[in-house]
Amino acid sequence: MSTLELDVRGEAGPPRGAARAAPRGYRHFADPAFRVITLVCGLTVAIAMFTLAGVLVLNSWTAIKELGLSFLTTVAWSPSSGSYGALAALAGTVMTTMVAMVIALPLALVIALLLTELVPPRVARVLGTAVEMLAAIPSIIFGMWGLFVLVPFMQERVAPWVTGSWLGELPLLRPGPTFQGGGFSILTAGLVLAVMILPFITAFSRDVLLMVPRVTKEAGYGMGSTTWEVLRKISLRYALSGIVGATFIGLGRALGETMAVAYLVGGDFLTVPRSLLDPGTTVASLIALQFNEATTKLDISALIYMGLILFAITMVFQVLAQIWLRRARRTTGGRA
Amino acid sequence: MAEARAAHHGGTGMSASSPASPPSGRPGPPLAPSDLAALRPRSHARRKTVDALIKVSAWVAASFGIAVMLLIVFEVVRRGIGAIDWAFFTELPPVVGEEGGGLGNAILGTLVITFVAALIALPVGFLGGVWLAEFGRNGRIATGVRMVANVNMGIPSIVVGVFVFAALVKPLQHYSGMAGSIALAFIMLPVMARTTEDILNLVPNELRESGLAMGVPRWRVTLGVVIRAARSGLITGAVLATVRVAGETAPLLLTALSSPYWLNGLFGPEGFFGGPTANLTKTVYDFSGMPYSRMQELAWGGALLIIVAVLGLNVLMRLIFQRGKEW
Amino acid sequence: MVGTKVREQPNTRRDVLVAPPSEVAAARATGGEDFDSLESIISVRGLDFFYGKEQALFNNDLEIKKNRVTAIIGPSGCGKSTHIRTYNRIYELYRDHRATGEIMFGGRNILAPGTDLLEMRRRVGMIFQKPSPFPMTVFDNVAYGLRQHYKLNRSELADRVEDALRRSALWDEVKHKLGEPGIALSGGQQQRLCIARCIATEPDVVLMDEPASAIDPVATSKIEELMESLKANYTIVIVTHNMQQAARVSDYTAFFYEGHIVEVGPTTQIFSNPQEKQTEDYITGRFS
Repeated sequence: MSTLELDVRGEAGPPRGAARAAPRGYRHFADPAFRVITLVCGLTVAIAMFTLAGVLVLNSWTAIKELGLSFLTTVAWSPSSGSYGALAALAGTVMTTMVAMVIALPLALVIALLLTELVPPRVARVLGTAVEMLAAIPSIIFGMWGLFVLVPFMQERVAPWVTGSWLGELPLLRPGPTFQGGGFSILTAGLVLAVMILPFITAFSRDVLLMVPRVTKEAGYGMGSTTWEVLRKISLRYALSGIVGATFIGLGRALGETMAVAYLVGGDFLTVPRSLLDPGTTVASLIALQFNEATTKLDISALIYMGLILFAITMVFQVLAQIWLRRARRTTGGRA
Repeated sequence: MAEARAAHHGGTGMSASSPASPPSGRPGPPLAPSDLAALRPRSHARRKTVDALIKVSAWVAASFGIAVMLLIVFEVVRRGIGAIDWAFFTELPPVVGEEGGGLGNAILGTLVITFVAALIALPVGFLGGVWLAEFGRNGRIATGVRMVANVNMGIPSIVVGVFVFAALVKPLQHYSGMAGSIALAFIMLPVMARTTEDILNLVPNELRESGLAMGVPRWRVTLGVVIRAARSGLITGAVLATVRVAGETAPLLLTALSSPYWLNGLFGPEGFFGGPTANLTKTVYDFSGMPYSRMQELAWGGALLIIVAVLGLNVLMRLIFQRGKEW
Repeated sequence: MVGTKVREQPNTRRDVLVAPPSEVAAARATGGEDFDSLESIISVRGLDFFYGKEQALFNNDLEIKKNRVTAIIGPSGCGKSTHIRTYNRIYELYRDHRATGEIMFGGRNILAPGTDLLEMRRRVGMIFQKPSPFPMTVFDNVAYGLRQHYKLNRSELADRVEDALRRSALWDEVKHKLGEPGIALSGGQQQRLCIARCIATEPDVVLMDEPASAIDPVATSKIEELMESLKANYTIVIVTHNMQQAARVSDYTAFFYEGHIVEVGPTTQIFSNPQEKQTEDYITGRFS
């Protein structure tokens, strides 16, 4: 507070500085300068992103010229012959993300229900913190744990059990031609992805559910509804936009997750997986795994092209998420 | 059916205005007691069972989530604790196949890279957040910047790595620690800006008004009074943002890569600007895939260090400042 | 004579109460109604209520008479809302809120552990101070309870929804808007929507917790008219801090003070000739 005392004396009358025009030389431009500096910093955030987009486009130009849009529909990755295709990676991305969402979304909603309705506030805080801790664990840790613990488990226990039972006859679970035992597979990667995006969707959903007005919920209970019925018919409707937004955010994270998937998905970039038990690759992990091997100009450019595609896909989901979250903010009147 | 009920209720508005039925609005005769009950009621037992099942599954799901987390932490501790000793922090990695050695260079590298990234991103992000909260507020530019920042936060870190590779590594023809810092800074920037904005928005306007009313210039009010009020939240936000990028691997894969040597000066082949810099996450990644037990042990030790640092600082920030800012 | 009210349609202009309230009420009282001989639909005996360690209600005894409007009045914080919120056990949503004693309804003590809460809450409905339509269409709001407790086909459902809206004096205003969201209605309409929603499942008792304090005076008077017409088929318990309202709409009034029931009696008697000094002080405005 001592800085303020320089301007204000404890006596009656205006502060000494006010009587004179500019007692300190910088007063003329200090405030405007402050505005400008902070504005520039704020704009930097926006500029950074556009720079990223621009650089990506620029550097993938070689590959775009050479491979065109059929890049998206080709299955290939052969630096020696110069043929590249993103289809295998795209398919793998879609499959792992779907597995992750199918598992994580219902779990996240039910846990959010627990945190908002079923436990006392103190327990909810502790559990909420635990969920946030889960979110803070870096993905490389998930990857390592998956590699040393989950992969053997899938290989030795789960995959044989699935293939041996009636489940193994189902279309997505029947091992395909590239089956390698099920340890490194879409399913393994998807499972770990699910655990990784769970805390994000849970936290967002919980925040949105907390914004449902108490009176509305009381009215629901007052009409003789059970907890589940109030959640399903009232709270979820109220919070729907927010939860959709949260889902898109979770999707975006799953799409871009690299390290854990790189460890676990099997790195097969030459086939579109036929089964969840087959190995595959995703766009993100392909970039990570191939980049350091890349030598030719086209090779590098193709990988940057992949980066551009990944950027575009996540951008779409992010924008969708923003739209839905803004809608949520409007209906609930709060900040989602 | 409708007429029967009209007679029952006696007050169905315009339809029943014959002399026989009473004028609407007049309290009619009491309802037959089992009017609704005679209908097919939904079983309460069934509804309660469904409700109970959902509640049980909620507990199961939460336990599952907590269990997985505990499992992972436990496993990392179990496998990594053996590698932690003094040498772990001070020595270079051993030659492949041999014993001994440590991750000293990697640890140092991560510290330096993260520190430089924070040096770049925290002030810029902070000032940007100040602009958003204090000046831009709800204007068009601010809304646009905010939206871009939000989208920016969703960009996968590998894409950021690709960007810095294309912008810096490729033209200069070599990897460098600096490139890694820039990549991490890129990730931290929007996080710091939005966090700052959120925290500053919590400071009540009365505080600003009191400062300005005393004739204090705007920049002083903001930096002196407002920041001081928001101090704990800002520190927490800054620490959490830094810790978060410290655990990133993907962006460093394409920028700082890795190195078996100590960081050595600035511009030489082992320098921060001049060549690839060892860092913890990439090293752990590499070593974990090697079929040598000592390398794997070191990798687990590194993983343990990462988890302890990340989770430890998270918990510490919460305890000290009693407010958890999201990741 | 009782029943001098004549109305063509319940939801248009106010050729409402022909006789001023006090006279109507006086007519009721002198109509020879004997409180004790009326059937009680809710009997409260020895009710205590606790927020954690703090006791909010002390040994409340109250008889709510069937097909009558009972008003609960008292200064702020005296426990009025707390009291009626025990009738449907809505307080159980919150930790540390506890009620002991007996509340007899339908021949059973609803505070006892074995009570079927879902059924009990169907039979005891509640209208809250802040109108709280569900985030769904007008039709779905009214149909909510019906769908939940009964299996009805579409035409039966539509009939009952229309019925409930008519009985709540809202039909004419919303019959073309059934597909619009409930929150698109005005405040007063929203509250009548909540009433329609509540009575659609034909509860025995309707609890109203300051139903008109958050809406404008014109809408308030519509709701007060409504209470009079609902009385024939439902029992109404209304908590209000507005004494004039209590005098206008209720048959019996209970005066609460600091968690105790100070006096209960016919409304006219309470307002013209209170037995207890505290009651008199409150009525005459010596404290609020």
